Amino acid sequence: MTDASIIDTAREPVSGQPKEPSVRDYVSLLKPRVMSLSIFTALVGMLCAPASLNPVVGFAAILCIAVGAGASGALNMWWDADIDAKMRRTAGRPIPDGRMAAGEALAFGLALSVLSVMMLAVFTNPLAGGLLAFTIFFYVVIYSMWLKRSTPQNIVIGGLAGALPPLVGWAAATGSVGIAPLLMVGLIFMWTPPHFWALALFAETDYEKADVPMLPNVAGDAETRRQILIYALLLAPVAIAPAFTVAGGPLYLAVALYFNARFAAGAWRLRRRDEAQAKADKYAAEKAFFRLSLHFLFWSFAALLGEAALRAALGDYAAAMQLF
Amino acid sequence: MIPKEEHELHRRRRGRNFALGGALLAFVLLVFAVTIVKLSEGQIGSLQGY
Repeated sequence: MTDASIIDTAREPVSGQPKEPSVRDYVSLLKPRVMSLSIFTALVGMLCAPASLNPVVGFAAILCIAVGAGASGALNMWWDADIDAKMRRTAGRPIPDGRMAAGEALAFGLALSVLSVMMLAVFTNPLAGGLLAFTIFFYVVIYSMWLKRSTPQNIVIGGLAGALPPLVGWAAATGSVGIAPLLMVGLIFMWTPPHFWALALFAETDYEKADVPMLPNVAGDAETRRQILIYALLLAPVAIAPAFTVAGGPLYLAVALYFNARFAAGAWRLRRRDEAQAKADKYAAEKAFFRLSLHFLFWSFAALLGEAALRAALGDYAAAMQLF
Repeated sequence: MIPKEEHELHRRRRGRNFALGGALLAFVLLVFAVTIVKLSEGQIGSLQGY
């Protein structure tokens, strides 16, 4: 390809300055921040599993899950380029900004999807590969292509894609599915709606302009607050239950009880406020609840990791005692 | 004839080439490392049939 042909192609952005996508553009297609959550929860799922995976294979599996998550991000940006262009938060992404052709993102996303699924199946087992394929399919086809533009419940059902990584991590280690990883999936699944709706209450979003039906825009502020409370209450049993599985224990139980009590109290506080009160104190309670939701998820999974570390340490201790 | 002048476009393309080269090298090393682990753990037993 000659330089002239590159300059003449459709990649030329609105500014008229000829550009080629940089490495940074490709990295941003992978949605690194979303990817980091997938890596963390998949790692917890893998380390909590009652099976030991060689560290090298474990590292390779986590890399595959991370690449799979990134691939679904790239495919999402390919599909959503039209609505991304209409929203201020996303207008600077590589495709709507004209730095990258849409087809390039599609090819990049598809290639990484196939590679990550195939390699995870080879490195660990076909079940883990299949679950990763299902996660990518769910995020791209069920959420991005179907639900996102058609129902205000989009993030409720679509949240399943973001919830599946611990199950993939567990399956990579054990080759099977258990109640503990399913509860971890349930935890993230039930946590996602109140987390996002709290953000939607105070953040300046322009989903309306892009015709994306988000709950606060469609059903209003009061209904969103009611739904946040409902989901916070439904979340509690799902989030506490892992304490009584092979992955849980007293440490997790204590953390889960503490955060679920605070989460329910925070949701109740939001329910009792209205938009006028929120505007008066610049959405202080809504912002605090959003921050709490981030701590909730992080510490819940950190506690599960702590339980796994305790079991390993106590197991070694018990084994050492048996020698005497 | 290709102009000798360095353009922003060339810089980006070189960056992409290096990143792709690095990614391919990392991929090869990863597959090699996992293969060694699986061989040493005896998971690729079917190879002994040859």
